[in-house]
Amino acid sequence: MQFDYDIIFIGAGPAGYVGAIRASQLGLKTAVIERDKLGGVCLNIGCIPSKALIEQASRFSAMEDLKKFGVTFDVTAFDYSKVQGASRTAADKLSKGVEFLLKKNKVDVLAGTASLIDKNTLAITDGEGKELKRLLSYAIVLATGSRPRIIPGFEFDEKRLLSSTGILMMKDLPKRLLILGAGAIGMEFAYIMNSFGVQVEVVEMLDRILPMEDEDVSSAIKAVFEKRGVRFYTGMKAKGLTKAEGGEIHLTIEPAQGEGTATELHGDRLLVSTGRSPNTEQLSLEKLGVTLERGYVQVHDYYETDAQGLYAVGDIVAGEAQLAHVASAQAELVAERVAFLLGKGENPRHSRIEKRLVPQAVYCEPQVASFGYKEQDLKKEGLTYKSSTFPFRAIGKAVATGHPEGFVKILTDPGTGEILGASVLGSGATDLIHELLLASQNELTVEEVAAMIHAHPTLAEGIKEGALSALDRAIHL
Amino acid sequence: MAVPVPMLALSPTMTEGTIAAWKFKEGDEIKRGAVLCEVETDKAVMDYEAGAQGTLLKIVAPAGSSVKVGDLIAVIGTKGEDITSILAQASAGPQTPSPSSGPSQPAKVEETTKPVPISRETLPAAREAPGRAIIQEERPASAPVFQSGIAPSSPLARKLAQQAGIDLRQLQGSGPGGRIVKRDISRYLDSLTAVQGTAAQKSGVQGPVTPAAASLNAPMDRSIPVSRLRQTIARRLGESMREAPHFYLRMAIDMEHLINLRTSYNQARKDGFSISFNAIFMKLAAMAITKHPQINSTWLGDRILLHSQIDMALAVALEEGLVAPVVRDCAHKGIEEIERDLRDLIARAKDGNLKPEDYEGATFTISNLGAWGVEEFTAIINPPGSAILALGAIKKEPVVRTDSQGQDSIVIRPMLRATLSSDHRTIDGAVAAAFMKDLAAIWEDPAKALF
Repeated sequence: MQFDYDIIFIGAGPAGYVGAIRASQLGLKTAVIERDKLGGVCLNIGCIPSKALIEQASRFSAMEDLKKFGVTFDVTAFDYSKVQGASRTAADKLSKGVEFLLKKNKVDVLAGTASLIDKNTLAITDGEGKELKRLLSYAIVLATGSRPRIIPGFEFDEKRLLSSTGILMMKDLPKRLLILGAGAIGMEFAYIMNSFGVQVEVVEMLDRILPMEDEDVSSAIKAVFEKRGVRFYTGMKAKGLTKAEGGEIHLTIEPAQGEGTATELHGDRLLVSTGRSPNTEQLSLEKLGVTLERGYVQVHDYYETDAQGLYAVGDIVAGEAQLAHVASAQAELVAERVAFLLGKGENPRHSRIEKRLVPQAVYCEPQVASFGYKEQDLKKEGLTYKSSTFPFRAIGKAVATGHPEGFVKILTDPGTGEILGASVLGSGATDLIHELLLASQNELTVEEVAAMIHAHPTLAEGIKEGALSALDRAIHL
Repeated sequence: MAVPVPMLALSPTMTEGTIAAWKFKEGDEIKRGAVLCEVETDKAVMDYEAGAQGTLLKIVAPAGSSVKVGDLIAVIGTKGEDITSILAQASAGPQTPSPSSGPSQPAKVEETTKPVPISRETLPAAREAPGRAIIQEERPASAPVFQSGIAPSSPLARKLAQQAGIDLRQLQGSGPGGRIVKRDISRYLDSLTAVQGTAAQKSGVQGPVTPAAASLNAPMDRSIPVSRLRQTIARRLGESMREAPHFYLRMAIDMEHLINLRTSYNQARKDGFSISFNAIFMKLAAMAITKHPQINSTWLGDRILLHSQIDMALAVALEEGLVAPVVRDCAHKGIEEIERDLRDLIARAKDGNLKPEDYEGATFTISNLGAWGVEEFTAIINPPGSAILALGAIKKEPVVRTDSQGQDSIVIRPMLRATLSSDHRTIDGAVAAAFMKDLAAIWEDPAKALF
C-alpha cells in the first residue's frame, strides 16, 4: 500500500488546522480538507467575530461612564451594521492568516467535502457531490466540529429565530431579544445586546445562569446583569412559540421541574443557544465500526476511534468539553501520536488531555474564567477543601480603572496548599486565570504563587492576594 | 554564614552511621558535591557528599565515632566565623528521634541507593526537625534544582513527601525531565501499602514497617505505554493463534553443504560484501515453496488464495517489538539481491523507518533464533501467510549415517532443526511434510534446487 499522506485532518477549524501544522512540524506529510472557510466555526462564526462585537459593546457601554464627566454622545447616527461589518473583517483577516500559516507549514489544503471509504481512504466531493479525488492516508483525523443544536419546534429561520450564526450575521438591532440558554454563548450575546440598548430576557432550564461555573460566580454575575436591566428566568424551559402578527415572538415558558404556571415572554427575536450538535452524520462512521453516542464519537487513548488509525478530535468527541482550545490540544496530541507511530518524535506524555487543566472562559463583562474543581463539585464528592475568595474591590488597579466587580476564588487542599480549582470573575479574568492554571499544572501550591512578586498596580495582584487568602494572610483585606 | 553538617540517612533504613574516614581536615576548602567523608552504614561504606560550600570549620564527629542520623558531624562556613551557637545548639538537649529512625526491618535486598548531593529536595523529610532544616539556607525556597544527580520535584510533591515521611531520593520522577510529581508520591504510597502486608507476612515480624524499609523490598510496578507496533503484534498474533489451527512438523537438517556454500562465496568476494545465512535460507525456502504452492497461500474463508509470488518475511527482533519486513518475490531474486533487500529493511526497521508496505502481506515467514543458541522452537503463523518456518541454531551433533555398503556409523555433523507451523485450513499434513522433505533436501544439497 502506498499512502498519499501520513495524516489527513477532515475540517480546518481550531482542531484541524492546528493539528495539521503540528503534524507537518513533526515531518508528516499532511493535508487538511475543508468544505467551507479555513478556521472553522471558531474563527468565522464563533469565538472571533463575537469577541469583535463584545469589544464594540464594551466601548459603547463605557460611554455611560463618560457622562459622569459631562461628556455626552450623539448616537442618532449609530449604525449597528458597521459594528457587524467590523466583526466580519476581523474574521476574514484571520481566516486568511490561517491559510498563510498552513501554506507556510507545507500543509496541503484541499477544498471539498470528505467522506470515508474505509479507515484509511477518503473521497473528496465538490458541492454537487461529484467525486474529485480519493486519498489514502496512514491516519485520518475527524475534526468536523459542530453546529447549533436545533430544538424541535424552534427551527432557525435566522430572521426572527436565530442561532449563534444568525445573530452574528444580523445587521440590525432588535428592540427586544429573548435568549434561550444561559451558557457562555447566551450570556455573551446578552451582554452585547444589552450594551447596545436592546432589552434582553434570558431563559435557562437549570436553576442558575452559567451552570458550568462555580455557584458563587453564577449568582454574582446574575446580580451584575440584573442591575443593567437583563431579566433572567432560571429553572424554566421553553414550552412553545408563536410568531405573532407584526413580527413579534411569543415564547411560552414553564418550570423545568414540577408544577407551576406558564409565563409568556414577548420579543422581536429569539436566540436559541442551548448547545451544539456534532457534525458526524455524513461520514458513514458506523460502517467503519466507529461507535457513536448520540452523534458524538467514542474515542480511546490518543483519541483513536474503534477503527484503528482513525481519530476524532474537537467538538465531535464524546464526553469532552466543546471548546476551541480543547480541540487544538487534542489535535496536537493526535499529531504527535501519529508521528510517534511513524517513528518521528516521542510518544505524547499523556494519552488524553487532562480535563482538570482545561480553562473555560466567558467573555461578557465582567469576564468569567475557571478551571478544575468548582466548590459544588468538591462538596458533592465530599472532599476536604478550603475555599478562599479575594474581591476585586480590594485590588488597587481594579478600583482605579473602574472595574471593582468580581473576585478571585481559589479552592485548595488545606493540608498541602494544592490548587484544586480556581475561578476568576472580573475584568481581564480570561487572561488572569492562566497564572493559577500554570501553577496548578506544574504543582506549585498557593505558597509559591503567594511568594511570587506581582507588579503593582495590576489586576494580577488579585491572584497573589487570592493565594495569600488561602494561607489566611491576605494583605489588602 | 556557617551551616551545620548533619549525619544523613544515606540509606533508607539507616538510623545511625559511623564515620569511617574524613577526606578533609579542618580549614580545608570544600566544594559542594565533594566527598566530605566516608560513612559506614548498616550495610555498606558510603560517600557523604557535601551539600554546602565553604571552609570546613569544625569536625564534630571524628573518624570512628558513631553518629545518629540528624546529629551534627561538622560545620562548614567562612574562615574565622563564630560557630559556638551552632555547636551549642547541637549539644543541647536530647535529640528527638526522627520518624524514620523507628524500628525498621532488615532489608532483604542489597543496598542500591546511591548517595546524592544533599539539597533541600533530596533531604529526607526527617531532616525538617527544628535546628536541622539547615540546608534551606543554601538556596531560596522552591528554587528548581537541576544539578546532575538531583531529581527535581514539584513543590506539591515535596510537601506530600514531607508529610508522609518519604525520602524523595527513592522515587523516580515521571514528570517532565524526570520531575517528581504528585502522582509519583501517590504511586509510591500505594506500593508501600501493598508491600507492607507481604513484608510483615514473610518475616513474621510484628510492628510497623518503615516506608523506607518496605520500599527496598519493593521494586515498583511500572506500566509501559503500548506502542502501535506492539498493539499490532498483540492483535495479529492473537488472531492468528486463535483462528488458524496450527500444526507443527520438525526436521533436523544437515547444514554442511550450505555452510560451505556460504563460506566459499563470501571468501570469493573481494569487496567485503558477504551474504548471511538468512538470505540463503530465504532463497532456498522459496525454491522449495515453488514445488508446493499450497504453502504460499492465504485462507479467505470461502476460498484459498494461492499467491503467484513468494513474498517472504524475516522476523526481526527490535527493542520496541518484533517486526517482519518482507522481501518481495524471493523465488525470482538471487541470494545477493535478497541479502541487499534484507540489509536495507533491517536497517530501516532499527531506525523505526519501516513503512507499512515494507512489512505487510507476507505469504511466508522465517523466524531464526539461532543466534541466541535456541535449539528448536515453534512459531505463530504470520498472517496473511499460511506457514512459518522456525529455525534453531546450527550445532554439531552425533548423527547416524549409513554408507553405500549399508554400514552404520556415527558421524559429527552441523545440524539445524527447522520447525514448520502450518495453518491446517490451507495446508494438509502430507503437503507440509512433502514440502519439508524437499526443503531439507535442498538445504542439505543446494544444487537440488536446480532440478
